[in-house]
Amino acid sequence: MSVNYSYQSRTFKKNLPRLFQYFVLFLVVLIVIVPLVMIVFGALKTRGEFMTRPYTLPIPLNWENYVKVLRMPVFWSMLRNSLLIMSVTTIGVVLICSLTAFVFSRMKFRGQILLFNFFTLGLMFPITIAILPVYLIVRQIGLTNNLWGVILVQTSFQLSICIVILRGFFMAIPSELQDAAYIDGCNAFGFFWRILLPLSRPALAAVASLTMVASWNDLLVPLVLLDKEKLWTLPLGTMQFQGQYGMDLALIAAFITLSTVPAIIFYLFAERQIISGLTAGALKY
Amino acid sequence: MKKNSFNLDVQTLPQKIGSTRLLQDRMTIVLFLLPALVFFSIFLVYPVFRSVYYSLFSWKGFGPAVDFIGLNNFKRILTDRIFLKAVGHGLLIVVLSLSIQLPLSLALALMVGRNLSGRAFFRTIFFMPFVLSEVITGIMWLILFNPDPKRGFVNAILTLIPGLKAIPWLGDTRTVLLAIFVVLTWKYFGFYMLLYMAGLQNIPSEIEEAALIDGVNKRQMITYITIPLLGSTIRTSVYLSVLGSLQVFALIWIMTKGGPVNASEVMSTYMYRFSFVRFELGYGSAVATVMLLISLVFSLVYLRFVRQADYLN
Repeated sequence: MSVNYSYQSRTFKKNLPRLFQYFVLFLVVLIVIVPLVMIVFGALKTRGEFMTRPYTLPIPLNWENYVKVLRMPVFWSMLRNSLLIMSVTTIGVVLICSLTAFVFSRMKFRGQILLFNFFTLGLMFPITIAILPVYLIVRQIGLTNNLWGVILVQTSFQLSICIVILRGFFMAIPSELQDAAYIDGCNAFGFFWRILLPLSRPALAAVASLTMVASWNDLLVPLVLLDKEKLWTLPLGTMQFQGQYGMDLALIAAFITLSTVPAIIFYLFAERQIISGLTAGALKY
Repeated sequence: MKKNSFNLDVQTLPQKIGSTRLLQDRMTIVLFLLPALVFFSIFLVYPVFRSVYYSLFSWKGFGPAVDFIGLNNFKRILTDRIFLKAVGHGLLIVVLSLSIQLPLSLALALMVGRNLSGRAFFRTIFFMPFVLSEVITGIMWLILFNPDPKRGFVNAILTLIPGLKAIPWLGDTRTVLLAIFVVLTWKYFGFYMLLYMAGLQNIPSEIEEAALIDGVNKRQMITYITIPLLGSTIRTSVYLSVLGSLQVFALIWIMTKGGPVNASEVMSTYMYRFSFVRFELGYGSAVATVMLLISLVFSLVYLRFVRQADYLN
């Protein structure tokens, strides 16, 4: 940087890249937002309007598509199944992973590293790759066409990443706390339950939100394990619905808007947790 | 325990207490690890071994597998042109991701930087597609890629430019992978940007300030200081990106089902087709085994050579 610029030209030179920066960033914002907005607007048009003028504002507002979707019993059963699978999976993952992560962050025993590496296997065998073997075992147990089958599989494949994340968080809690608790007569479980878990609420929230998103969005496991319409989850049902009503784009738009809105609202509330969980998990691996 | 621990006096009392604590700890370790171990063994480890076993059979999935054919399934995989094409498509997606998607995400992360005003807003918006399901993303882009410019937004924009004609993006064997890559980038760039932003956060600002005092300009700063310091984050993102592209399934299945004429087939759609559409479970198992091997080898190489180097530094 040389010194002989006049003040004004220097601020101009400084602001030019900044302006360019904002220009690019807002362009990307548009690229992200426009497809979403078009779907939400499209759902507020009639079927004909969606075809003839897809890029205009939805005037007059037409709520018929939303009403139609909300009147479908199958939409509600899908919503219920998705919610059920998501809640049970999340509770299971958080419980199991906090137990495991506690052992790996707070206790020493022989073969610890080997066992921990075993638990990270799930990161190398993602569900997409392992789906066929998993399907075969679920069929053998007799849990196809059963929401429990989906719950158990989703739980198993979410464990690795969540153990890695939670272990990292738990290790950051000072060991003096543990010593103090032991001196005061706490046993390992007492320390875990009364001190570690309450202190780790943000980490647990991060792991829970990650699991919720993964479970809510999962297509493959329900697709492979569930045939019966009354067991369909939202992603599975959305896919079938799109095949069935392929021509009525406005109705499909309403359908995907309604199944996305809960996800987006949840994201706006839990953004920090999701992000901290993801970055912690990814950067630690 | 020492040799003379039978000698019960005050000196060994603490050891006694220590041993009950030890026992208690052992119990805790076993009980706490048990649930995860059970889930893992039943739904991950056992199925994987079963799958390797089934891959040696010609098996339609009903009754026990009896038709042992040795390594014939693997021979068939390696000579099937469609499978090889699928591998090639996967590699192409990896190459495009590493050369376009990741640099783009890095550039955006550097732009948003540490203290641009509106940083939180940009982060929220850019990360949003990641939270949407692949099903919804796929259907949405199916509508946007409609070949008719009056209906498909992408072509509507394209035809605004004089001299350009509408392209049947998903229906043309030459453009379909490119179109899918665009959607993948739209959905996942925010995630990588987020990683880089987190990595940037870890670089102490003193280093950059010191460089500024030494008269380094913006470009030099980024190429010689910021990016090298982001090294481990960048390596992580490369790993996740490669592993991630092995896993793409729902998006492609929704948009093209691997077509037209297998032009967007990848290993996961290939495996799904043989396993769950044609129910050739023996052959499907062999494909799954190959995919597991690729993933395992890649992960081990990464952990052994790249990650370990990071830890040593």
